[in-house]
This record gives sequence, structure tokens and C-alpha cells, in this order.
Amino acid sequence: MRIGTLKQSYIADAALFDSHTQKTWLGVGTALLLLFPFMASDYWLYLACLVAINVASATGLNILTGYTGLVSLGQAAFMGLGAYTVAIMQTRLGTPFLLNLVAGGIVAMLGGLVVGIPSLRVKGLYLAIATIAASFITHFLFANLKLTGGTSGLSLPPAQLFGLALDTSFRLYWVIVPVTLLMVLGAANLFRTRIGRAFIAIRDRDISAEVLGIPLLRYKLLSFGLSSFYAGVAGGLWAYFFRVVTPESFPLLMSIFFLAAIIVGGMGTILGGILGAFFMTMVPELLKLVFDLLPGGTEMTVFLSPVRTVVFGLLIVGFLVFEPHGLAEVWRRIRRFFHLWPFRS
Amino acid sequence: MPDTTPNSDVVALSSPVLQVDALTLAFGGVRALSGVGFEVKPGSITAVIGPNGAGKTSLFNTISGFYRPASGRVLFEGHDITTLPAPKRARLGLARSFQNIALFRGMTVLDNIKLGRHSHLKANVFDALLYLGRARREEAELRRDVEERIIDFLEIDHIRHAPVSALPYGLQKRVEMARALAMQPRVLMLDEPVAGMNREETEDMARFILDVRDEWGVTVLMVEHDMGMVMDLSDHVVVLNFGQVIAQGAPKQVQADPEVIRAYLGAGDVGALRQRLRGGAVAEAA
Amino acid sequence: MDWAYLFEIALNGVASGGLYALAALAFVLVYKATRVVNIAIGEMLMIGAYLFFAFAASFSLPIWLAVLGAVLGTGLLGAVVERTMIRPLLGEPPISVFMVTVGLASILVGLVEIVWTADQRRLPEFLPKTPVMIGDAFLAPKVAYGSLVALVLIVLVLLVFRFWRGGVALRATASDQAAAYSMGINVPRVFSLAWVASAMIAAVAGIIVGSIGGISSSMGVFGLSVLVVVIVGGLDSVLGALVGGVFIGLVEALAGSYLGGEYKLLATFVVLVGVLMIRPYGLFGTHEIERL
Repeated sequence: MRIGTLKQSYIADAALFDSHTQKTWLGVGTALLLLFPFMASDYWLYLACLVAINVASATGLNILTGYTGLVSLGQAAFMGLGAYTVAIMQTRLGTPFLLNLVAGGIVAMLGGLVVGIPSLRVKGLYLAIATIAASFITHFLFANLKLTGGTSGLSLPPAQLFGLALDTSFRLYWVIVPVTLLMVLGAANLFRTRIGRAFIAIRDRDISAEVLGIPLLRYKLLSFGLSSFYAGVAGGLWAYFFRVVTPESFPLLMSIFFLAAIIVGGMGTILGGILGAFFMTMVPELLKLVFDLLPGGTEMTVFLSPVRTVVFGLLIVGFLVFEPHGLAEVWRRIRRFFHLWPFRS
Repeated sequence: MPDTTPNSDVVALSSPVLQVDALTLAFGGVRALSGVGFEVKPGSITAVIGPNGAGKTSLFNTISGFYRPASGRVLFEGHDITTLPAPKRARLGLARSFQNIALFRGMTVLDNIKLGRHSHLKANVFDALLYLGRARREEAELRRDVEERIIDFLEIDHIRHAPVSALPYGLQKRVEMARALAMQPRVLMLDEPVAGMNREETEDMARFILDVRDEWGVTVLMVEHDMGMVMDLSDHVVVLNFGQVIAQGAPKQVQADPEVIRAYLGAGDVGALRQRLRGGAVAEAA
Repeated sequence: MDWAYLFEIALNGVASGGLYALAALAFVLVYKATRVVNIAIGEMLMIGAYLFFAFAASFSLPIWLAVLGAVLGTGLLGAVVERTMIRPLLGEPPISVFMVTVGLASILVGLVEIVWTADQRRLPEFLPKTPVMIGDAFLAPKVAYGSLVALVLIVLVLLVFRFWRGGVALRATASDQAAAYSMGINVPRVFSLAWVASAMIAAVAGIIVGSIGGISSSMGVFGLSVLVVVIVGGLDSVLGALVGGVFIGLVEALAGSYLGGEYKLLATFVVLVGVLMIRPYGLFGTHEIERL
């Protein structure tokens, strides 16, 4: 706990950013986010957008798996539902961009509700395996329905906002980042209220939760619905960003990526979702950088993909064995050190 | 033990707040409960006692709504709740604590307690995501209420932000009580509230239970093994053995009941046992 | 209704199901002893196949030696994995251990791609080539002999579990580690043993599967079908692995022949969903009852 931060009202105690130092950093952060696109190259803007999309989806998965304790390997499938909805609506109906995003979220949410229905009977790892099955079934549907363009998928024109075509990373940044921020803020708010608490209660001891009056199925479905809504919106953003959606765009591996992201970041913390998504998105780029610097030259690049796979696995195993509470915990330790400095912790 | 003469005007002539009627519960061939029936008067402290395996926790689980009895009824303030799902019973005012601490380990004391109020709060998902209007007000109100009425009452203000997993056993039990109180219960079911506590903790808990009854007007139903607690606190005692009620009544009355003594000490003449023990003691002294 | 065709398909299905059963056996062994769901079972299969390839093709060792080498090598991998990744996570929630095996799968796939590239390769032929005919039905010889080996191994393990003292120890450590410890059972050794045995069995399965369909770095996808098999049969049941394996083999063969190749995996997953809804603990699995 930070020294010298007294609160004089309960509302103040419940605030998300509760000290002057934090508010200052918040201001600095916002300023940086606003200035970044003007200073960054196209490559970095591309990365920023990708990180933001991943943060949005990881936050959604965190709600379901980190906070409610329902392990899901279907996040990519839900993103796919959102992406395809957006693609279909944009190409066939030409409906406005924001409407498509919301629709994508809703379709994904419906998918999430369907997958969540057995969650009362089917628990823990069995549920995880059921989500793998759901993943495969949606993949099958994507690849075999005419509506979704079969194996070649769909390509879509850039989004239109206020008459402006969002066809560059720069322009998309101004939509993707605010949407992501809103979603993260929403999630943070959620866990200050009874609904968020109920999710955590279900994770920790669902029988006690029932005794306290929390109807399990309703809240599990709520968690599934909410997290897949997040995935759907993230998928929609993904579709507008890459402008091509195929059945291979959202493989099971991507679901594993998001699960790894929240583990590495720290399950059950909002910051964990952000840090994890950021870290996991940047690590492959970092590897690319390292490979470019290596003396081997072009012969080494053939090893980039498998090395990336190995590093991915090592990160998951490493964090689980050595730092199970993830980067968020590391961050907390660093903060505590600075709070108490010059005293020792 | 604190002075415990029951508050007679509260205990007297009102209809029972909780009543079980000829409850029968079976797991396969095992009869956990057979025709169990008793009443709990409003504002009273009722204890359910009996040797291990007598069916006390099964009884609680049936009243809570986790088990559905094969026959019989559970009545809460006159309403038949036998088939009502467990989460709905909370809203009626039926609160319960567990034998093994059932706190939520991933949360702080404050959050655990706030969860008790869950079924009475109104914020929905959209309110929660925005946290501007209803959710914010509700949370502030909840916090104030919990702090001033519950945390103060149970003397746990110094640990309100502590993660519950870091607390010693006695304090955890107190937090569990706090959470149950946050439910604004009419009836509080306590499953072995002082199990594993030392003398001082037991006395504290006994004091809290009495205060809960006196200041909050809550009716208490507890399963307990500590005979001192049972005798000193309860207005009414129900004794179970092998899933059946073998005696019920005022504590002194039940204590002297030969059936009850036999249940605890096993079959065989109690008098002879006493004789043998006394005789042995005399022989030692000689 | 072409019964002869159906019989042939079913026969092939049952035989390939035997291979599923063998891989499922490896899975069940680990789960029975350590309660760990090893998602990387397909990848361990792959390592066995690649090690055999390395010994038989690259080092040109005689087949029997290559098999031995591959089996022992994979067993060693199992021991290393258990020691470094599984044991530190004792007591953590099952999701953590599950994710560790996911990470392991990733590491193994990447390693294979680094050493041998992602190309598909063929294993040296060593299984008899003469076609096997049962009545009029043609059974692919590799599948037939492979499933025979599988059957023998399964029966062996079943007997071991039943009669050998170690089998009881294995079951004891699975249900209650602390109690097993106090009974004098060397729990860490039992864990290691289970993982080593599982890895060795997976290696055998990998060699057979690799001989039939070639090896590649995506062989691990076999593990998903194995997952379905153990769900159907029960996560901790050896008999379930056998029955489940045969059943899934049949389902895939029928789906593949009558509906089309791309429907194989779909059919498997539909079965999975069905089983999860109706009988989540599988045909022979033990249902843990939660004490309130």
C-alpha cells in the first residue's frame, strides 16, 4: 500500500487511480498515446494496433478464465465469429462500421452463450476440452459455408467513418485504441461491482457462491457472453485491420496464444491482460530483431518460425513454473519497492 | 461465559421462523435423515447436536437447498421452500456458514463481506461496465453500511483490506460470520462456529452470536460440539443420532435425557461406567 | 447396403482404433498416477517417431536398435519433463498443469522443426508388407500389425495394473499423495515411473503411426483424437482407453468413408460434445463426488 495516501470518503477509496502519482502517470500515458501516432513509423503503428486488438481480446478471456475460472480455448473461434459477421455485413449490407462491430460482438456473444450452456454440468478441464471442440466446429463451419466464402474466406473494403476511409494503420489507430481502452475500462469497472465479485466467487468456491444467492448458471453464462462479446469486437477490429478473413485466420493456436497471454500477464488482474497481450505480441517482433542482427544472415531466417514456437512454449512453461502470477505480480513487486523506498520491504 | 438469560419477549409466542417437517434424506441405501422435525422460534438460539455422522451437516445442507429430501418439508416463515433452489433462499433471508471455511481466497476481507449483500443489490451488467450511476451509488452505500454496521461490530477493521488467505483461522471464521451478516439474514445457520478455536476465540464468538441475536434480531441455528457453548447460549436444543431426532427441548432438560447420554457414550449402563471410573479413582488414591 | 464394404471399413476402423487405444493408454497412465492431463501426448508420440527416424535412417542402426533407442530416448524425455515441469507444479490448480503441457507441446514441435524441418518424411519400412485378408476384407498390413502390437501392450499394462504391487501404488498416489507418502510409497519415484512408462508407450505408438502415415512436425494433432478417446473411455481407465480407442477409430473410419475425409475430425468432435453432455466422466471413468 502506498504510504501517505489517506482517503476521506468511501467513494475515494474505491477509485481506480487513487493517488496523485498514479493520476500523473495516467496523464503522461494519455499524452504519449495521443502523440505516438504522429511520431511513429508505419511499422510501429501496425504493431500498436495489433497490440491493442490483442489487449481487447485478452481482457475478454481474462474475465472468463482469469476471474471466473472457466478455462476456455475458444477465444479465437469467438473472434472469428465477430470477424466474419463484420466481413459479411460490410460486404453484403454495407452497414456502418460501428454497427458492424457491435453486431460482431453480439454474434460472438451468442456463440459464447451456446458454448456456456453445458458449463454447469461440465467443469474444469472438461469444459476446456469442450471449448476446443467448439473451436473445431466453428472452423468447420467457416470453411464449408457459402456465406463465409469457404476456404478462401472473405475480403472487405476499408471501414468508413465520417466519410473517411480507414485504410491506413494511422487512421485505424484512432479507432482501435479508444475502443480497446473503453473495453479495458469497462472490465476494470466490472470488478468493482457485485457482478465482478460474483465471478470471482464462482471461481474460488462455487458452492459458497450459491449459498450467498448467486445463481451459478446465469452468472457463468454472463461471463461467457461478456468475454465472447469482447472477443467478437476484437475480431471485428481484426477484420477491418487485415481486411481479409479466412478460416485459417483464427486457429486453435490463437486461442492458446491468448491463454498464454493471460498466464504470462497474470490471470485475474486487468493489468495482467494488458501486459500479457503486449508482451506476447512483441516477443515475436523482438525475435525477428535478434535474428536480423545475428551474423548468419538469410540462412537463419528459416529458423525464425520454429524458434518462435519454442520460445512461445518456453514462456508458458517458464512463467508457470517460476512466476505463476505473471508479469502483473512482477510489476506489483517493483511498485512496492518504490513505494517503500528508502525503507526495505 | 457472558450472561445469557434469553430475551424472553423475543423468544415467546410467535410462529416459527424456520420449521422442518418429517424430513427424510437418503443417499443410495444410507439414510442420512429419517423423519426429522423441529421448529425454530424467531429470535432464539437453537443448537443441533449429536455424535459424528448423526446427520447434522446433511440437515443443514437440506435446509440450505443442496440436497432435496425424499420426503418432508422445509418451511421458512410459513413458506414451503423444500424445492426452492439454493441461491433463491439467500434472498429470503437464510444465511449459512460452513464447517470448513468457505471464504473466497482470491479476495480481500472487504470484498468477501460485500459479496454477502449480493442478492440484495441491483446493479446489472451495463451499470457495472459504466460504473457511473447506479453501480457507483450502490457500491458506496454498501461500503458505508458494511463498515459501520458489520466491520465495526465484529472488530475486524484492521484487516479489511487483507487477503483472507493470509488471516489466522479465528479471524477467518469471524470474516465468514461478517459475510453471513452482510446477507441481512433473518435466520443465520452456523455450522460449528467455534470448531478449532481456543478459549478466548470461543468466548469472542459466543459474544458475537449473542449480540447478533440481541442487536440484529437474527435467529440463530447452529450445529455445535462444544457443550459449554451449547448449554450456555441456546434456548432450545435438538439432538440427532443416526438421522433421527432423539430428544429436543431446553438445554438442561436435554442434558439429563438418558437417550442423549447413551448416544454420546455408547450403549451400556452409564451408571456402571461411572461406578467403575469412581472406583478406579478411589483405588488409585489408596 | 454394401455389407462387405462396411465390414472392411469397420475392420480398418477397429484396427486403427487399436493405435488410438495405445496412445490413449499412455495418456491414461499419466493421468492415473498424477492426475495430469497431458495435452502434449501427440507431440511425445512425434518425438518417438522422429528419434526412430534419426536412429534408423540418419545413423543407419538396425531396426531393433533404433526402436530401442527411440523408446528409451522418449522415456528419458518423459523423466526430464516430469522433473522440470510437472513436479514444481504439484498443488497448483489443474489449469496450470494443463497449460504447462500445452507449452511443452509447443516446445517439442519447435524443436523438431529446428532439427528436422517441417517437411514430411517417411520412416524406413520394417513392418511386413503382405496384405492381411479377413474373409474378403482387405486390411492394410501396417495397420493390422501395428494394432496387434498395440493390443499386446495394452493387455500387458492391464495385467500389470491389476496384479503388480506397483500398479496399486500408482493408483494410491493418484487418489491421495499425502496418504501414499505415509504408507511408505516413494511418491516422486512413482510419478517419474508413470511419466517414463507413458513416454515409452507413446514412442511405440509414434513409431507405428509414423510408419503408416509418415512423420511431420504436425503429427501432434493425433493427440486431439486421443483426447476424445480418453474422454469417451474415462480419463483414468485403461479399459476405457481400449474401448474408447476402438470406438473412435470406427467413428472416424465410417465418417471418412461415407461422408468424406474432412468430416473425420468433425465427427470425432461431435462425439466428444455428445459424451460431455450425456456422460462427462466417460464410459469407465471414476466420478469424483464433491463433499459439501
